[in-house]
Amino acid sequence: MRRETLLNAAVLLGLLAVPLWAWASDEPFIITLATKVVILAIAGIGLNLALGLGGLVSLGHAIFFGVGGYAMGILASHAQSYTPLMEWPLLIEGTKSMPVIWLLAVIGGACAALVIGALSLRTTGVYFIMITLAFGQMFYYFAISWPAYGGEDGLAIYVRNGFPGLNTLDPIQYFALCFGVMCVVLLFVARLAGSAFGLALSGARQNSERVQAVGLVPYRLYLVAFTLSGAITGLSGALYADLNRFVSPTMFSWQTSGEIIIFVILGGVGRLFGPVIGAALFIVLEHLLGGLSEFWHIYLGALLLIVVLFARGGLIGLLAGKEVAHD
Amino acid sequence: MKFRTFAAAIGISATAIAAQAEGLKVGMITTLSGGGAGLGIDVRDGFMLAVKQAARDDIEVVIEDDQRKPDVAVQLADKMIQSEKVDVLTGIIWSNLAMAVIPASVAQGKFYLSPNAGPSQLAGKGCDPNYFNVAWQNDNLHEAAGAYANSADLTNSFILAPNYPAGQDALTGYKRLYEGELAGEIYTKLGQTDYASEIAQIRASGADSVYFFLPGGMGISFLKQYADSGLDIPVVGPAFSFDQGILQAVGEAALGVKNTSQWNKDIDNAANNAFVASFQKEYDRLPSLYASQGFDTANLLMSAMDKADVSDTEAFRAALKEADFESVRGDFAFGSNNHPVQDIYVREVIKEGDVFTNKIIGTALEDHADAYADQCNM
Amino acid sequence: MSIILLIEQVLNGLQFGVMLFLMAAGLTLIFGVMGLINLAHGSLYMVGAFAAAGTAAATGSFVLALAASLVAAATAGAIVELTVIRRLYDRDHLDQVLATFALILIFSEGTRWIFGSFPLFLDIPEYLSGPVTLPGGIEYPLYRLTIILIGLAIAAGLFALIAKTRIGIQIRAGESDREMIGALGVNIARLYTLIFALGAALAGFAGALIGAIQSVQVGMGEPVLILAFVVIVIGGIGSIKGALVGAILVGLTDTLGGFLLPRLFATFMDASAAMSVGSALAAMSIYILMAGVLLVRPTGLFGGQ
Repeated sequence: MRRETLLNAAVLLGLLAVPLWAWASDEPFIITLATKVVILAIAGIGLNLALGLGGLVSLGHAIFFGVGGYAMGILASHAQSYTPLMEWPLLIEGTKSMPVIWLLAVIGGACAALVIGALSLRTTGVYFIMITLAFGQMFYYFAISWPAYGGEDGLAIYVRNGFPGLNTLDPIQYFALCFGVMCVVLLFVARLAGSAFGLALSGARQNSERVQAVGLVPYRLYLVAFTLSGAITGLSGALYADLNRFVSPTMFSWQTSGEIIIFVILGGVGRLFGPVIGAALFIVLEHLLGGLSEFWHIYLGALLLIVVLFARGGLIGLLAGKEVAHD
Repeated sequence: MKFRTFAAAIGISATAIAAQAEGLKVGMITTLSGGGAGLGIDVRDGFMLAVKQAARDDIEVVIEDDQRKPDVAVQLADKMIQSEKVDVLTGIIWSNLAMAVIPASVAQGKFYLSPNAGPSQLAGKGCDPNYFNVAWQNDNLHEAAGAYANSADLTNSFILAPNYPAGQDALTGYKRLYEGELAGEIYTKLGQTDYASEIAQIRASGADSVYFFLPGGMGISFLKQYADSGLDIPVVGPAFSFDQGILQAVGEAALGVKNTSQWNKDIDNAANNAFVASFQKEYDRLPSLYASQGFDTANLLMSAMDKADVSDTEAFRAALKEADFESVRGDFAFGSNNHPVQDIYVREVIKEGDVFTNKIIGTALEDHADAYADQCNM
Repeated sequence: MSIILLIEQVLNGLQFGVMLFLMAAGLTLIFGVMGLINLAHGSLYMVGAFAAAGTAAATGSFVLALAASLVAAATAGAIVELTVIRRLYDRDHLDQVLATFALILIFSEGTRWIFGSFPLFLDIPEYLSGPVTLPGGIEYPLYRLTIILIGLAIAAGLFALIAKTRIGIQIRAGESDREMIGALGVNIARLYTLIFALGAALAGFAGALIGAIQSVQVGMGEPVLILAFVVIVIGGIGSIKGALVGAILVGLTDTLGGFLLPRLFATFMDASAAMSVGSALAAMSIYILMAGVLLVRPTGLFGGQ
């Protein structure tokens, strides 16, 4: 087996072992942290599809994260107050059922990504980075000033939504659920990367003329990748909202987009497990450094700088060697 | 962010904590890094000063930084409750963070003492026997400003606030008691720093006074630009834009401005005089409104500890409700919804030597409760 | 709504635009010549404002404060270029975004560490304070007029620098062919440091000028940074002319949008709903403008290719 595969297996096992240990020794907060890692990793996996495979540097993925979050917030708040979402032309009720919420979060994320991608992909390079940022700011300001769902105050959902057969309020059960979702997403992305579509997308990133020469349209490839990416990040947004039982416009902020990029880079761009390792490292650092000093952002910044300047390929690149293209 | 070392440094020894199993554990979640850190630091310093002065060994304080992010605050609250197993939570500065944390915390049987935020939802329908607000309901200072405008014969106010829920509440609060006409009403962008456009509209509106709620840097920018515009219509605001922490950054532009507050350093009572002197001695700066609220919160908590054990929820709740402590504001009592009933003063910005500060020039509202108490069933 | 009020708002939009230009000019110059996205540009703006506030407090002189902002921001820029930025020129945009994002964290918390968490004081000097009366009876603050004039003067200076001087020739050569200027015997490393310091100095200068009428505090740079990015993207990245046009477009859109949109909605909605819908749309207006420009011209108004 390749070192990266071994490393991936170790990460997956570690991510499973830590909360189990915490469960056994009654440290529920560690489980919460591990759940956060898993959920943010899913957001990163979504971005990595666009960024790693397609080479699309999006500074707007907070949009899809937020759309997923608000899908949960809006549906659950209507269910909580027993008011229908809309009555005309058809009656839509709120819901507290996770599978329904997930479905809508995925659809919402995909639709938002489809529209934003269709517009943004007309540009390339820095212009693409900046136009995705601009769309993010639009959503952010809209969420802040739209009074119906709490504006800047956000929306609090008092009880976590339900999943058939599970008590989602129990930290370890909710962790298991999120972990399962992450595994499914990982499997999906792995299959996608190995499929004809994934190969064509990788090809378009490396040399778009060559892909055009065989009759494929890079724009369409990118758009499909961007839409799938938005759908996955949307799903993670719904999970994150349920973890906190709270949504707010902060989910749309450009700092959130920045953090999702950081997960991907810390772990390693284009590596399947990159975002998982990146998110885990980020959360661990946040808690270790946070204990050291009020000014822990300085250390975080310095560390990021070191990773970018000296550890190209992220942590996986460091541990498992450089080669990634020869799958 | 753990401040165990900090807590130890100011007088709570770690061994004392270990020895006292029956003590009370406080979780403080407040903003200590990033843009709004000044407020959280003041609340923390005020709170810890009171704890230090009490010199008791049965209270432990765990302090964490929420970075002004609601999701971080929620996770810290989970941590405080699940891992640290605290009895009482406190410290949150911002209303949106409060809305994210407080309902879930009190639902899990914890006490929450608010040293700053007082969203209307939690004063009305969402009130809870375990939630006590030691500062004010969000509308209070704005209502007082409206009342002051009436008494000062201001009849044509131009009012402005950022376009977010607290801003909308502020203007609603002002209009609740204000009896004059409105020359204009503007919602600005949250985080806006340039107010030339709004100032031009004020000039064109023929208003006789301006009321604004622009917390933090927004207020500093507005006041400096207003002073430079040559407009001399009187300005009224809530205390937040005229507080000790930011007044030095506004400078001359704030001189003479009237603002409403439930506290000032010149309120003449023994508790306040001692607080102001000891805060200056300890931290080498004048205390702010936020510091006074943190200080009162800690003293309220310790007054309840003297009367009941926190494990006896009913008794502890009753002890808190009595509010039997020496508030630096003078008279202090809780209304039926556990929000303060207190006097709200009108202050004027003055210069003492090189330092800009406030002095009280009158009382806007006496024994003022809030407008939401009727909606609270408990 | 009087015509005077409208003219005053146009002036305000112009002043806002000119201020944005000072930020955007440095960004676009750095991108045009070195191909680098610098998210930390807002931090240099903050450094300038803090240096000016510190100097003004110590000496009482506004001119010295402005000088200090130039020196401090240029120095900070040069140091950052020498230690970090120059390793990023041949990296992709992703690495640049991340590394300069890390610099923001370091600058912001470092400034808070040195100066504390409370905003600093910086005021307009006596001789520039108060309003002046313009033809037509418009009362307008002298300081804002001064900002407009200084900004336009700097714009003219930059155009002259690029069109007429030796450095300008090197900059233009660098924009079109990076290898070429090396071959011509120009010391590229020194040229890059110089340009980066120049861009930083412009940002710091803007920070000091604006700091006098706003709040000098940690985090003041990021909102302006995002606007400056909007400006250079609208104008076309790398083009100084584009930055000027884009800045004024954004300044006018933002100011007039905030002023006119609520009034527009009030014609067919009730007043308070119009206020909140109009304000919300106004907050989004410049981003809508940017998306619109990019859809029609994917490389901005004056961008190449």
